[in-house]
Amino acid sequence: MTRPVVQGSIRRRLLVLLLCASAVLAVLVYFLVQSVARQVAQQSQDNILTASALSVIDSARIVDGSVMVDLPYAALSMLDSITDERVFYAVRLGDELLTGYAELPRPPRVGARGTAQLSAEFLGEAVRIAAVTRPFATDLGRNVLEVSVAQTLSGQRQTLAWTSRLSLAVGAGFFALTVVLALLIARATIQPLDRLTASVSRRGPTDLRPVNAPVPQEMARLVTSLNGFMARLEASLNRSEDFIAEAAHRVRTPLAVVRTKAEIIQRQIHKPENRKAMAEMIEAIDESSRTAGQLLDHAMVSFRLDSLPRDRVDLRALMRDAVERIRPVAEIADIGLDIPHADPATISGDAILLQSAVRNLLDNAVKYSPADTRIEISLRRDARAVRLEVRDEGPGFPPGTSAALTERFARGSNAKGVIGSGLGLTIVQDVVTAHGGRLHLDNQHGGGACASLLFPLP
Amino acid sequence: MRFLLIEDNAPLAAAVVDRLSLDGHVVDHAGDLETARDYVATTSYDMILLDIMLPDGDGSSFLTHLRLTENRTPTIVLTARSEISDRISLLDLGADDYMVKPIDFAELEARCRAVLRRRGSSASSVLSLGAIRFDSASGVLHVGAAATQLRTRELRLFEVLINAPGMIFSKPALVDRLFSYDEEVSENAIEVYVARLRKHLAGSDVTITTVRGLGYKLEQT
Repeated sequence: MTRPVVQGSIRRRLLVLLLCASAVLAVLVYFLVQSVARQVAQQSQDNILTASALSVIDSARIVDGSVMVDLPYAALSMLDSITDERVFYAVRLGDELLTGYAELPRPPRVGARGTAQLSAEFLGEAVRIAAVTRPFATDLGRNVLEVSVAQTLSGQRQTLAWTSRLSLAVGAGFFALTVVLALLIARATIQPLDRLTASVSRRGPTDLRPVNAPVPQEMARLVTSLNGFMARLEASLNRSEDFIAEAAHRVRTPLAVVRTKAEIIQRQIHKPENRKAMAEMIEAIDESSRTAGQLLDHAMVSFRLDSLPRDRVDLRALMRDAVERIRPVAEIADIGLDIPHADPATISGDAILLQSAVRNLLDNAVKYSPADTRIEISLRRDARAVRLEVRDEGPGFPPGTSAALTERFARGSNAKGVIGSGLGLTIVQDVVTAHGGRLHLDNQHGGGACASLLFPLP
Repeated sequence: MRFLLIEDNAPLAAAVVDRLSLDGHVVDHAGDLETARDYVATTSYDMILLDIMLPDGDGSSFLTHLRLTENRTPTIVLTARSEISDRISLLDLGADDYMVKPIDFAELEARCRAVLRRRGSSASSVLSLGAIRFDSASGVLHVGAAATQLRTRELRLFEVLINAPGMIFSKPALVDRLFSYDEEVSENAIEVYVARLRKHLAGSDVTITTVRGLGYKLEQT
């Protein structure tokens, strides 16, 4: 049987696609979580900075015509107490610095009353600045009081590093989960295919019924084609079998008429030369009918070998049956048949083919045995093999020809005068080989042929 | 023996009837299963020869019918189909044996004898002449109190002779009955078997007489 050309695997393909998709999703999840975390962290920092700037600006008042600003301890301490952040501030009235760091950057366009935040570089460090403004009336007229509070970002960086690790873990966990899910999905998707494969391959070689098990929509066409193939195969097999049977019938019936008439005429003629001619005619009829029979048998054997059933076959019963079948033929020629040894033996295979093989061996033995001789048939079984042996007292095989004898239409050189088509041993060989066994053709020391079938036991 | 031949091919049936009649058998011929059922209902046969492909049915349905009606007449199936496909089921259905056409009548005779032997000897298989009794089914010759088991060819020669006591059989006729056509035998081979039979018959009132120039006959003295 030719093996299919395997290219790729649906399961693997499905798995790879699902994993690619989930890897992309995992990366997205990673960035999403990280950006949300960054935003949340900045938001809370902005809130704290703004709150502290507001508490400063709330404390501003005018004392003796000048602006007084308290820096409430709580307002700044809540900025640096938790982490070791550095805190800067600047209080400005209009563009004039009242107190704090003059270089602290100002957010653009805050307006007269408002809040604004910005990230900037200050004294070589990244800082976040929140500025709060409020209109303020002094002796010099209306002006704007602006309080800026800045904080370094090392704490936020730590938080971000932590959330980054967290979002990496979330992404990885997400990916791991989707791997498991992808495996489950791939398996569930492939399952109907696996079920169909199992149900088809579980069948015996002769089971050609259509597949009736429910299959998904996508596989319906495949199963329809499969069923179509099997129906055609079955029809074709039946046709071959019918054809062989019909051919046999057509060939044998007229031969039977001719042979019977010839026997009748033989009884009625008395001239020796006519009798001899008639005997030769009958012999020729026998030869052609035997050849036709063996050709058809061979066709039937080849046909059955294609779909070899594996039944338990009782070889001992089969052998005894075959011996009893041929005994009347042997008796005509005064040939005795003995079964000196018959171990019980069962092998697996096709009973009809095995019967045909044993019958052909016995036919041969009877054909080549002279009158008043015996044929011994024995069946021995040991731990490793079953051996069916047929020994006769005939002329034996010509030396060195046993391999050639099993070829189609080959006959031994000493087969002269014996009817046979030369297909008998080919049939035996084919059947035995198909059953994992071997055919041995040997000559015995004392003369006579020994043909044996050797079936190895599992 | 009385045969029932069930065969739809007319030329073949006629030839088989003629051929079996030559050996002194009585043969009824049925061309289909219906006729065959009528025959077996009214006549008792020693042997049925049954073709399996018949115009009004399968030979195996006839066998089933036969065995259902408790009719145990020995049956040999004659098939023209491939031996490999038909065999097992027919034997399972209760046929005693089968043969593939064309039929070798010497083989048919041998198979009939084997079937009858398996069935056990019946009254019809025992022939008597003078002080001897011969059971053709078992092949045992009783001369007075002594019993001899005849070997195949002796048996068949004796069977031919005792079925027609007093009738002269030529050597060629006996060769036809005893040997198959592919055997090279001289007519002198018959003398060997006649001599063996004479030895078995010694001391009885039955002898095989040589009729010079014509052949042999079995007669009571």
